[in-house]
Amino acid sequence: MIAGLIRRDARRGLRAAGLPVAFFLVAATLFPFAVGPDARLLASAGGGMLWLAALLAALLPIERLVAPDADAGVLDQLAMRGIADETVAAAKVAAHWLGFGPPLMIAALPGAALLGLDGATLGRLEAGLAIGTPALAALGVTVAALTVGLRGAGALAGLVVLPLAVPLLIFGAGALMPGDGQALKLLAATALLLTAGAPFAAGAALRALRE
Amino acid sequence: MHAFANPTRFLSLARPLTGWLGWAGAVLALVGIIAGLTLTPRDYLQGETVRIMYIHVPAAWLGMAGWGGIAAASVAELVWRHPLAAIAARATAVPGAVFAAICLASGSIWGRPTWGTWWEWDGRLTSMLVLFFLYIAYIALADASADRGGGARVAAIFGLVGAINLPIIHFSVLWWRTLHQGQSIGFTGSTIAPSILWPLPLTTIGFTLLFTAIILMRMRMLLANAKLEARQRRMGGAA
Repeated sequence: MIAGLIRRDARRGLRAAGLPVAFFLVAATLFPFAVGPDARLLASAGGGMLWLAALLAALLPIERLVAPDADAGVLDQLAMRGIADETVAAAKVAAHWLGFGPPLMIAALPGAALLGLDGATLGRLEAGLAIGTPALAALGVTVAALTVGLRGAGALAGLVVLPLAVPLLIFGAGALMPGDGQALKLLAATALLLTAGAPFAAGAALRALRE
Repeated sequence: MHAFANPTRFLSLARPLTGWLGWAGAVLALVGIIAGLTLTPRDYLQGETVRIMYIHVPAAWLGMAGWGGIAAASVAELVWRHPLAAIAARATAVPGAVFAAICLASGSIWGRPTWGTWWEWDGRLTSMLVLFFLYIAYIALADASADRGGGARVAAIFGLVGAINLPIIHFSVLWWRTLHQGQSIGFTGSTIAPSILWPLPLTTIGFTLLFTAIILMRMRMLLANAKLEARQRRMGGAA
């Protein structure tokens, strides 16, 4: 049942993954336009820009993570079957990451080439994204559950997610520096806390939907 | 605590308390500010600019205490479903954001002559700015979800998530700062002289009392609005 839910959501997410991925690449392309095509500057700041683009791309799918299921009554059906809201939320986080994290990590390859990152930095970026994207997915599902059915849910979700994602951005961009394993560990700690806490916060929000 | 679950009982206490706290706070804050502006000596290093401390420090304290209050009220809402908790949290958000903004603005005004810049990406400044953005997000979320079922719980969940995240944000920003060159700012080593310090407790207590009075006032407003809406709906149903 839960596996089916994850499979269905992940398939749906993968089908729509083109949107955040394209957005990610467009945002990465805009950066040289904004600061000039100086290869040295791009190579030194490009990794951070890709993290920022990933953060912005994570905002796009939020509106369709929970709202369709809430409108169609799927969430009520799941609740009537006695499945805990926390379980549903955890399944949604896992499915959202499957449809969002790996495509983004693949899109980071051409993104890094566009900004002229060297191989070592790209490796550290991919490691950071592998650790950080589950937390981005967890934040996305939590905020999606909080903003279901509200007026201007999309803009509201962006306003809510971005301040909470500041530590991910700081540690993720910090982990791009060579020889700094500490930042990666702190990123992992933050991501673990966010990912582990999200099902409970999102589950409580899903339960509040039925009041 | 549940003794005040009855809005009528709460109001009978809140109504006189608003005036007492508000006036006492206003007098204390005014005395502290006047004393800080006229009676204390200027600082040997910072000159007259040190006087902004009498506003800046209480604003910083209340900006942080405001979110502490929201977090406490959120727990009361989520665990006990206390009927006044959601109203208290919503009433705290706007004054908290205003005091966080006062803290940022006064710090910026102080920083221009002292550091030579309006804004410095210092750890404490930056985490206060993120806290201000969290307030904005909370206000937007609470307003948007107020008229929906379970809306109070939505705001409470975000209040609690924000409270858990605040220390992480704070330490991540501090850690991020240490990556860059250190800024030799602040009162390193030297404590504040008592001759300058003494009005500070006055303004701190004064502004805190004012803050409490404002929250009580806003809670009464929110309760009155809810009552008004219920009455209008009842009359609409009867007609």
